[in-house]
Amino acid sequence: MNDKNEHPSVNDGDLESLSADEEKLLDELGLFGAARRQFLGQTLASGLGIFALQLLAKEKALAAMTSPDAVLAQNAASGDAIQVTMRINGSTQILTVDPRTVLLDALRERLGLTGTKKGCDQGQCGACTVIVDGRRVLSCLTLLASCEGKEVTTIEGLANGAGLHPMQAAFIKHDAFQCGYCTPGQICSAVALLREAEAGEASYVTRNLRTITKDLELSDEEIRERMSGNLCRCGAYPGIVAAIREVQSGRQTAQAWHFATQEEIAAVMNDKLLREGRSDETV
Amino acid sequence: MRPFKYARATSEAEAVQLVSATPTAKFLAGGTNLLDLMKEDVERPTQIVDLTRLSHLAQIRPTLNGISIGALATNAQVANHPLVRQNYPLLSRAILAGASAQIRNMATVGGNLMQRTRCPYFYDTAMPCNKREPGSGCAAFHGLNRMHAIFGYSDKCIATYPGDMANALYALDATVKIRGANGQERTIPIRDFHRLPGDTPEQDNNLQHGELIVAVELAKNDFAKHSYYLKVRDRASYAFALVAVAAALALEGDRIKQARVVLGGVAHKPWRSTEAEDALVGKEATEANFRAAAEAAMKEAKPLAHNAYKVELGKRAIVLALQRAMDETI
Ligand SMILES: Cc1cc2nc3c(=O)[nH]c(=O)nc-3n(C[C@H](O)[C@H](O)[C@H](O)COP(=O)(O)OP(=O)(O)OC[C@H]3O[C@@H](n4cnc5c(N)ncnc54)[C@H](O)[C@@H]3O)c2cc1C
Ligand code: FES
Ligand code: FES
Repeated sequence: MNDKNEHPSVNDGDLESLSADEEKLLDELGLFGAARRQFLGQTLASGLGIFALQLLAKEKALAAMTSPDAVLAQNAASGDAIQVTMRINGSTQILTVDPRTVLLDALRERLGLTGTKKGCDQGQCGACTVIVDGRRVLSCLTLLASCEGKEVTTIEGLANGAGLHPMQAAFIKHDAFQCGYCTPGQICSAVALLREAEAGEASYVTRNLRTITKDLELSDEEIRERMSGNLCRCGAYPGIVAAIREVQSGRQTAQAWHFATQEEIAAVMNDKLLREGRSDETV
Repeated sequence: MRPFKYARATSEAEAVQLVSATPTAKFLAGGTNLLDLMKEDVERPTQIVDLTRLSHLAQIRPTLNGISIGALATNAQVANHPLVRQNYPLLSRAILAGASAQIRNMATVGGNLMQRTRCPYFYDTAMPCNKREPGSGCAAFHGLNRMHAIFGYSDKCIATYPGDMANALYALDATVKIRGANGQERTIPIRDFHRLPGDTPEQDNNLQHGELIVAVELAKNDFAKHSYYLKVRDRASYAFALVAVAAALALEGDRIKQARVVLGGVAHKPWRSTEAEDALVGKEATEANFRAAAEAAMKEAKPLAHNAYKVELGKRAIVLALQRAMDETI
């Protein structure tokens, strides 16, 4: 495989820090060298511990690892494989793929960039939203072949080093998610929305299309309409709108939640103990 | 998805030649309709010819008598082009009523005109559908047909054309510029572009295999001041129309000099109501006259088992669209 595959690769230090048990498990899975590195990259990116993978059948894990290469080999033989060069989150990637590959699957299955989510795979939910050449698009309906020479930004590419993108920070501040599944798509969409508003692009609810100018400040109605391509099953919409409103308007608003204080936790505990008739145990 | 060969066209001539050469070849533009249907196994092309590098086809430029919009211009580019917003705000709003911001960044003018119906039986390969498989029957006719046509259907097909942009193009008397296999260009007036289903519902429109849409052209008109695109759907946004209305009025004093009323979501093609237009011309722009026009528009409607609601909804939508067209704050 000739992928210049930067994201999920794991350096030797990580490999050396494996425990004996972890080493044994990877040996049992038959993963050595480059395959082991890529495997670790994927498990780290997905937030799974190595042992969580014991839950997966050995065959299943192996199939997931080897299938892209197997498919590739077949296609290369039949002459249908195509090579695509693009920039993803600032680094050049060269992928050789089956022509059927869509950007979403290439990101997740080939590059280990699993932040971008697959919801409907049909253009109906927005979970797969990424930014291509500065504009938000649906990666599930984008043929990778058509991305030749393009610049792709995914949720993994938004933060500036350790500093979150202001939109990411605002989503946390305004509690703009529950399960988080739609969130990468919501955030990519919202980041691109900022530029659209700056450029004076209209939406269906924009009044008088003939006179609008640049640097629009968006009402909640406008934000909702412009974000309608991103569905949230958890219904975190009020927080999403609040987060976008704050970043878009540049006006800070108070954080909607805080971590419980010692006193608040104690009050809840005491309440419980009193109800159970254990007043002597209260603090 | 079934396997296909992929080619990236470097010229119009090459694109046309590649698709013409193979009966099962297809052009690819934004991919938002074609890839969806390929994933569903409804479309099964063996060859894909990618148009997206033909950047000259994405240009939007003024002409002597109006504007020319390249077939590869995205929906977002067209809706936000200053000339379109200024002179054809109806077109901008119709495009903005469609799909989502992400899809409008991908979808092109050509692909939008060519998009296929959203009839659920067309999408469901386990069901008969004359449009997908000629001769297999129409599952919607006696099935669930809440979303289907109330005008112009046949016993072979009751599907609707789902697009929004085309409804505005009908109201604005657009012309579709096409390049054929022999290299010749021809034009089709938009009103002759899409077809009614008749006995051949598999043919959505009058484009021949291999013909490439190169541009959509609009002439100058007097509708910019008073026009509106109203879309009624099951949710507030990001859904196809139950009924849509492209309404445009040109006034002379307080009388209507010219009117356009085009309905979406009610037929196999955008449904221009000359009945409503005739009822409006020469009259004042009053609610009573709008109501009379709406009655005229719906007089010949023939609802199916589950979509009689579209008749009353359509009337109210026409009145509201005309009122909004007159409201200069909108
Ligand atoms: C979830 C969802 C919601 C949507 N909602 C709406 C909506 O509310 N309103 C609406 O109007 N649309 C809606 N759409 C449809 C969308 O607008 C169309 O899919 C889009 O306009 C198609 O354009 P495209 O460039 O992506 O076409 P493609 O998918 O690339 O192509 C579609 C067809 O057109 C052909 N084609 C493309 N370009 C040319 C050309 N230049 N000449 C000849 N043939 C060509 C292709 O061969 C193909 O058969 C929605 C789509 C999705 C997925
Ligand atoms: S996964 Fe792409 S829109 Fe749902
Ligand atoms: S946070 Fe769960 S889907 Fe949006």
